[in-house]
Amino acid sequence: MADNKGIMIIAEALNSSLASISKELLGAARKLAADLGDEVSALVIGSGIAGVAAEAITFGADKVFIVDDPLLKDYRTDAWVATAEKVAKQVNPRIILAGQTTIGRDLASRLAFRLNTAVTMDCIDLTVDATSKQLMLTKPVYGGNARAIFTSDLYPQMATVRAKAMSPIAPDSARKGEVVTVAAGLDAAAIRTNVLQKVIAEVEGIKLEDASVVVSGGRGIGGPEGFKQLEELAKILKGAMGASRPPCDSGWVPETIQVGLTGKIVSPDVYIAVAISGSSQHIAGCGGSKNIIAINRDPEANIFKEARFGVVGDWKKIVPAFTAKVKELLGR
Amino acid sequence: MNMIVCVKQVPDPEAPPASFKIDPATNKVVPPPGVPPVISPFDEQAVEAALRIKDAKGGKISILSLGIGLLRDVVKKPLSMGADELILLEDPAFIEGDSWSTAYALAMAIKKIGQFDIIFCGRQASDTDAGQVGSAIAEILGIPQVTVARKVEVLDGKARVEKVTADGYEVVEVNLPALITVSNELGEPRYATIKGIMSAKRKEPIVWKPADIGVEPGKIGATGRRSKMLKLFQPVREGKVEIITGENEEDAAANLARKLVEVKLL
Ligand SMILES: Cc1cc2nc3c(=O)[nH]c(=O)nc-3n(C[C@H](O)[C@H](O)[C@H](O)COP(=O)(O)OP(=O)(O)OC[C@H]3O[C@@H](n4cnc5c(N)ncnc54)[C@H](O)[C@@H]3O)c2cc1C
Repeated sequence: MADNKGIMIIAEALNSSLASISKELLGAARKLAADLGDEVSALVIGSGIAGVAAEAITFGADKVFIVDDPLLKDYRTDAWVATAEKVAKQVNPRIILAGQTTIGRDLASRLAFRLNTAVTMDCIDLTVDATSKQLMLTKPVYGGNARAIFTSDLYPQMATVRAKAMSPIAPDSARKGEVVTVAAGLDAAAIRTNVLQKVIAEVEGIKLEDASVVVSGGRGIGGPEGFKQLEELAKILKGAMGASRPPCDSGWVPETIQVGLTGKIVSPDVYIAVAISGSSQHIAGCGGSKNIIAINRDPEANIFKEARFGVVGDWKKIVPAFTAKVKELLGR
Repeated sequence: MNMIVCVKQVPDPEAPPASFKIDPATNKVVPPPGVPPVISPFDEQAVEAALRIKDAKGGKISILSLGIGLLRDVVKKPLSMGADELILLEDPAFIEGDSWSTAYALAMAIKKIGQFDIIFCGRQASDTDAGQVGSAIAEILGIPQVTVARKVEVLDGKARVEKVTADGYEVVEVNLPALITVSNELGEPRYATIKGIMSAKRKEPIVWKPADIGVEPGKIGATGRRSKMLKLFQPVREGKVEIITGENEEDAAANLARKLVEVKLL
């Protein structure tokens, strides 16, 4: 371990710019770097992604490792894990952080075992123990009902980090950093998966993860028609629509708008939860909202324990009246 | 098709949040009285994925579960849904592990089973919410993985998997044998049939001890852990809700709108 140095984040590129989770990871890494007196590096894997290097430096990387290869165009476990393993063995970082994302979940878990170390997934807090200098990793467990703190004696110390749990630093275009290109050197025959097709559910308007107002509906909405009313309210509030899992499972709304532990993580200024009971798994996705507003006919519903304001009653009466009044007051 | 599905018995994750308790002295969850444990829901969906392939192509499904105090009614559920055999790694030496030591024992049991085309796991267990055991089994066995599947089919000796992504899904083709983890987007697991329940009743689980699967004792359970849990706790909630009322529901709704505008939330 004495040889392990630096904090490496596994960055993700989205439409040739740095994904917001990667900016958050760089922010977290800078804090740890300050505590440990260490350097921050970013590993960028993909095809045609070299442009992301400059952005990673702006957001806090001292060094960027770029592995740019046509075989890395799509995320494929074998290719990406082999690439990350190669760079990790070359760089020997003390800490490796990835996002709790489609890529990070798959990559970090397999990479940890490849590197004979351990990883703690979906962390919301990372601190350095003052004496051991090991990472203390806090993650929600039991669907968000509890939290656990994990450590490991093994290096590199690894974690994936939940979206929106960390803050990026203010971007500074004057920051200097070094860009290192690493050859992938992959054997195409050793990559045992192929991505045949990507299906993207188009969403109109503001992206759920970026919206400052989210109107979400739950099982109590009862069918797709009710969600039309929530969509209208979301539009009036210049926000986005979300849902708990049952409406997604029932096909009332697209799967991609599920909020929660295994769905989207949102942290809007205002989260309006309509006919949602407030299960721990749902709160895992919206608990970071600045203000939760609950509309539910059950005064005992758990969502009221999370909310700042609430109305007890039937949404079918409350939502239309609320929408009409909001329109009137805001002149929309 | 020979398929193996790994399932875990967990405290019911849908029990009301208010019933959730931790014993700080032991760092353990106190199961709410009267709420029986269940198979982790994503694992049930993994069983369903295997059953759909069995329906289409035929084959054998072995269920593998590690733990102690495994309630037969709970762990036999996949048999009553249509799986063929149930193997339990039931021994105190296997438990209190982390993802790594658990996956090591499961992988050794899978080696003992021998024949397999697909290993299924749930995307994550609903207690630890880690989602690593699948990847670790695949790594130990040296086979490819596809995680978070919403659909799995077998075509021309390969699996075709719809993998859930943040904005939709992608269709991934994977060589077999492979490990696939399954998510709820796959759809509801089927109900047990009467015939299934009757046949599950008659089937006795096969129980394997550490010596049966040739594990190195230092690598399983608590002794094989690579990570330590220092603390388990419940986050404190401030929980001060202001309930907005009115003469009737419509009036309360209008008052809520007024309030939100007044405090500049809207
Ligand atoms: C491993 C795991 C992961 C999960 N991940 C997620 C996740 O990511 N996201 C998620 O949301 N869930 C998730 N779940 C499911 C979760 O446990 C709950 O089942 C789910 O969140 C409940 O959704 P709900 O609140 O809409 O439904 P319910 O709990 O059924 O609540 C419906 C609510 O609607 C109210 N209601 C009904 N009719 C009306 C009316 N006319 N007017 C007003 N109120 C009304 C009721 O009072 C009730 O409170 C997960 C579960 C597991 C086990």
